[in-house]
Amino acid sequence: MKLNRRDMIVLTAGASVAALLPVASSAQEAVDAIIAEFTGGAEMGAEGLTLTTPEIAENGNTVPVEVDAPGAASILVLASGNPTPKVATFTFGPMAGAQFASTRIRLAGTQDVVAIAKMQDGSFVRASREVKVTIGGCGG
Amino acid sequence: MISRRDFLQASVAASAIVGASGFGNWGRLAAQQSLTQDQLLDFDTYGNVTLIHVTDIHGQLKPIWFREPEINIGMGEYRGQVPHITGADFRRAYGIEDQSRSHYALTYDDFQALGQAYGKMGGLDRVATVVNQIRAARPDALLLDGGDTWHGSYTCYQTQGQDMVNAMNKLRPDAMTFHWEFTLGSDRVREIVGDLPFAALGANVFDAEWDEPAEDFAPFKMFETGGVKVAVIGQAFPYMPIANPGWMFPEYSFGIREERMQAVVDEVRTAGAELVVCLSHNGFDVDKKMASRVDGIDVILSGHTHDALPEPALVGETIIVASGSNGKFVSRVDLDVRDGRMMGFRHKLIPIFSDVIAPDADMAASIDAERAPFANQLGEVIGTVADDTLLYRRGNFNGSWDDLICQALIEERDADISLSPGVRWGPSLMPGENITREDIWNVTSMTYGKAYRTEMTGEFIHTVMEDVADNLCNADPYYQQGGDMVRVGGMGYRIEVDQPIGSRITDMTLLSTGEAIDPAKSYQVAGWASVNPDTEGPQIWDVVESYIARQGTVSVPPNTSVSVVSG
Repeated sequence: MKLNRRDMIVLTAGASVAALLPVASSAQEAVDAIIAEFTGGAEMGAEGLTLTTPEIAENGNTVPVEVDAPGAASILVLASGNPTPKVATFTFGPMAGAQFASTRIRLAGTQDVVAIAKMQDGSFVRASREVKVTIGGCGG
Repeated sequence: MISRRDFLQASVAASAIVGASGFGNWGRLAAQQSLTQDQLLDFDTYGNVTLIHVTDIHGQLKPIWFREPEINIGMGEYRGQVPHITGADFRRAYGIEDQSRSHYALTYDDFQALGQAYGKMGGLDRVATVVNQIRAARPDALLLDGGDTWHGSYTCYQTQGQDMVNAMNKLRPDAMTFHWEFTLGSDRVREIVGDLPFAALGANVFDAEWDEPAEDFAPFKMFETGGVKVAVIGQAFPYMPIANPGWMFPEYSFGIREERMQAVVDEVRTAGAELVVCLSHNGFDVDKKMASRVDGIDVILSGHTHDALPEPALVGETIIVASGSNGKFVSRVDLDVRDGRMMGFRHKLIPIFSDVIAPDADMAASIDAERAPFANQLGEVIGTVADDTLLYRRGNFNGSWDDLICQALIEERDADISLSPGVRWGPSLMPGENITREDIWNVTSMTYGKAYRTEMTGEFIHTVMEDVADNLCNADPYYQQGGDMVRVGGMGYRIEVDQPIGSRITDMTLLSTGEAIDPAKSYQVAGWASVNPDTEGPQIWDVVESYIARQGTVSVPPNTSVSVVSG
């Protein structure tokens, strides 16, 4: 069991967000607004963007995230449950050898990490993966 | 032309119906009290490749009692599937006769009576006899160790794993993967691995800083056996730094890394592998899911969740073999590999009945030599198990050993509530038996065993319970950690396993007063096995020893404080 004050504060914050539905839904609205701004409201496909994350974060403060979308012009990465969901937008110029990016992000708690790629033809692709941030301990 | 899939299904059907696994047979023979070593090891050598699998030995060099779980709930689509059936349901599923040796070896009920009839199981000297006999039939059989080997006993702790390393080296494994080994600390692990006379594998062991494959562990090893190129890929426990203290091995990162597994499978196939074996410490349901999503693995030798299955599970064209824990079983898998593919198999889960299988004299002498320096410490009798009490741990919720440990924490550490980790290792003790120091260490030994005492609010206790419950009850096995629910003393609760995280745990009650746990109130909580680096307190084995010594004879009443709701 990992029981430090920092986790306790983080978890308490997480619990209060979950308890207050209006806050949660407005967070979702914020995510939707960022996506709408990026896509201009266009439909998003599901094929052609690979989002790689751990299923359970080893350390919520530094979670490795990779996006790979051959033929992308740019890729938006969102941490949908963070107070500030927008993490990064990677832009690939015409000379880029690969449309691939790898970084580490901080997650406030268990949430979906979302990536949206804008392809060179102007279409959009969306991928999402849940990353669990856990107290840990007690493993078999 | 018969497809490979038909061959595999025929193999599974054969082992189920005519008992090619030998399974139905040893139940019947045992009922006649006529079981011999030859019958246990009887195997009609098949195909051209033999795999021998041992896993999750947890430091147990000597025969032990080990009661299998009564409660083992499967989540989502895994409910009702093996290994999530127990007791009579398990026996019906595999055609095991009631009161047979296989009833005793594989299910939980009537454990005391059957144990008296059939004796202890395991012992690495008996395992050596089995391995030697298989090698006599197939000299180039591959012996593969699924890990959780260098952990779990007094001597293992005192020698930092060296007793197990020495004993296993005599068995001459061909490859191994890892879990609790890392809790020896990464320096010690590298020290041992550097001298290991066999492959230390972990395709998912990464350098934490660079997120690249770690140099200290190879992803796979290619073997040539029976004229067949066999690739053995290692998959270490994916949740090391989460379920165990990451500060003990900060250089390494783990994870399931499904894409990495696929890439390594593709790499070994390209390199000419005709048979791809994954030596896994994922846990059974994670292995099932991985088998359904990664193409090209023929055999997964599954460890971590301590399941012992009389037949492999077939997922797509992958067979998954589960070989139990604590030295109770050895799996033998013979494979027919032709034209670059696995075409069929024959399998036997060999139960190590210690009174039936003769110990290998050489291994027995080595084990005795490892234990000799500690004989006085190991054998000291601390107390006695009451006649009304069987001490066991395994199961999704509190076992009686856990109840004893939780009560020891409450009384010795003057706490309201106690927490004990939901680990799956630790042998059983029979009613009326002496409790030695070795027995106490067998259920508590670890490198982060300090017993903390701290204040927690009712709300925080609830958060902890919910968090751990999700590690067990998440419907997606990739989000489970393969342990059981945290054991709780001094507090009752109700758990609805099918609810989402945050809604599973209700009716938390302080048992001493019968009052509901107040979210705003602080409680004194004692526990052990914290993953925090700065934990303070006495070692848990000293706490438990002191409690048992004061009690003399230990009786543990049935636990009625956890109410489990499923389905």
